[in-house]
Amino acid sequence: MDLLEFARGPAMQWALILLVLGTCWRIAGIVFLKRKPDLSEPRSHGQMAGALRTIFSRSVPARAFRSRVLYSNLLGYTFHIGLAIVVFAYQPHILWFESILGFQWPALPNAVISVAAVVTLFSLVALLVKRLTSPVLRLISNFDDYFSWAVTVAPLVTGLMAVADVGFGLRYETLLAVHLLSVWLLFAWLPFGKLGHAFLVFLSRGTTGALFARRGART
Amino acid sequence: MSTADLDQKHPLDLESARIGVRKPEQRYDVQGDTPDEARVHAAMVNFVKDFGATAATYMESCIHCGQCAEACHFYVQTEDPRYTPIWKLEPFKQAYKREAGPFSLVYRLLGLKKKVTTAELKEWQELIYDSCTMCGRCTMICPMGIDIATLVGQARHGMFQAGIVPHELWSVAERAQREGSPLGATPSVFEERVEWMGDEHEVEMFIDKDKADVVLTMSSIEIQKYPESMAAIAKVMNHLGIDWTFRTDGYEATNFGLLSGNTAWQRDMSRKIVDAAKQCGAHTVILPECGHAYGALRWQAANLLGEKLPFRVLHVSEFLAEQVNSGRLKLRKVDKSATFHDPCQVSRRGGATQAPRDVLKALGVELREMENAGDYNWCCGGGGGVITIHRADPLRYKTFEIKMAQIDKTGAEVLLTSCSNCRQNFDDSQAHFHWDKTMHSLLELVADNLVEH
Repeated sequence: MDLLEFARGPAMQWALILLVLGTCWRIAGIVFLKRKPDLSEPRSHGQMAGALRTIFSRSVPARAFRSRVLYSNLLGYTFHIGLAIVVFAYQPHILWFESILGFQWPALPNAVISVAAVVTLFSLVALLVKRLTSPVLRLISNFDDYFSWAVTVAPLVTGLMAVADVGFGLRYETLLAVHLLSVWLLFAWLPFGKLGHAFLVFLSRGTTGALFARRGART
Repeated sequence: MSTADLDQKHPLDLESARIGVRKPEQRYDVQGDTPDEARVHAAMVNFVKDFGATAATYMESCIHCGQCAEACHFYVQTEDPRYTPIWKLEPFKQAYKREAGPFSLVYRLLGLKKKVTTAELKEWQELIYDSCTMCGRCTMICPMGIDIATLVGQARHGMFQAGIVPHELWSVAERAQREGSPLGATPSVFEERVEWMGDEHEVEMFIDKDKADVVLTMSSIEIQKYPESMAAIAKVMNHLGIDWTFRTDGYEATNFGLLSGNTAWQRDMSRKIVDAAKQCGAHTVILPECGHAYGALRWQAANLLGEKLPFRVLHVSEFLAEQVNSGRLKLRKVDKSATFHDPCQVSRRGGATQAPRDVLKALGVELREMENAGDYNWCCGGGGGVITIHRADPLRYKTFEIKMAQIDKTGAEVLLTSCSNCRQNFDDSQAHFHWDKTMHSLLELVADNLVEH
């Protein structure tokens, strides 16, 4: 079995197993903890509505805070949207999704994908620079922050290299295998560290949204 | 238990702009002689004790974006990164991941998260108490929606059991538990002062009635420092013809059990009011102009006591708004401009943001709101027990500069709030800065402008 076969076979399977099981384990480890009934008299019964509202509304910082967090929010939005374009709108990626899900959707032109990938890469680098230079971020950052950054950036870099066939002497098949392996690393790590916010964001925003709605308070 | 030693142990200062325990000559910020190991254990056990799905969700969700710092008055005014709200919970986050999270086994086996030490907890005392008012502004900015203020409250439970509480905060909490009030407003002092205010303002007072529809409560800051508010609420109640009473067995709404982190004391303090109200068959308990008293009785008491409360709990501003909105309470117009400082626990965290504004409308004042007033209001910096801690004074004054600038910008003639703790912080800071503005009580303004039938 050569490297590409390994990447396409067992490596992918294990990464997907870790992704699914890790996610289930982490969510179960939280939601099955005890949940005491709240005996205080609610001001409003719109908890579900409050949870849903906050899941959406917290995507944009409140006006009171906007100017202070503008830079990191713009960068954050740029790289999240950029990543989504690269992951979901690139033809070869769509074919991979089709092999798993059984259906496909239209792709964007390759030039658009390349631009999105480069912009994403730059915004991620800018965020790393901010993390390394801001006293607040330096203090609160740990291994998870830097490792998660690295496993997010790696597929972008290896993907761009494979597309451009710039492998410093490596064959295209090897480049592709390295790209695939970097993606599986991202998959395998996702449930365990901060990247878990991909699913935790709904839980935590929803929790606060429901609690505050019960009190009739704004979130 | 005798309370004779309290005056020697925790001498009160009732003369200053900020009342509380006199500045200690020697601080004892660590209580008892428990060995270090046991302290850490107690802290963590009590931190995770009432730790359910909600807190775990929050502990798992932080993405270390650091935005909470930008919402915190302590960080914004000092730019000290240690005041980043989520950093204030770092040892507790560490302990959670190591002991309780879904991957705790991995963390422990591989030694990825170290055990928290007493030295760390002592270092964090300043972050959990001196530099957090639990105002919850950080909760509003967090892109993950983490309610950091609630987590700080839970961390305080751990700190109290570990015996690592700032000296003055622990002192007033102990006073409150042993003699019924953190600031010396014992039942007999309370009764005396109620009678005094009744005579002084010629208003009929009701105390210890067997049956009453409404039980009124007070905060010790009002009893000792702003006793006029007792006359003010009595005047409004009599004017409305409501059947009300004060109860010497349940009058103190201040809850230093909550602020210091002692859940058992918090429950005892709430229970007194609940029992008193039950005994006289009240359908409503009205909380005074005090922020955290509202959180304690309105949202937490039922859960601590494990039973639904058989009466309504209203903050006095909510009560006044109800009366005004239903047309029962008519007020004279006050031809002035005013600005209103929102007490965090009543507005942002209590959901009663609109109530004082309805009252102000009825008073006909020209309301000049501060920037971000209401749910995004800047905290005055004195809540959460911070004002009791002497060593936190420089930090508290620093954060108060935000308020002065905000208020000066409105150009309003009258400053109003409905929290006596905020008011006391305004008084003390006014004296410190020789500021030309004085904070007033919304309730007292209402009582001064009743339209006689």
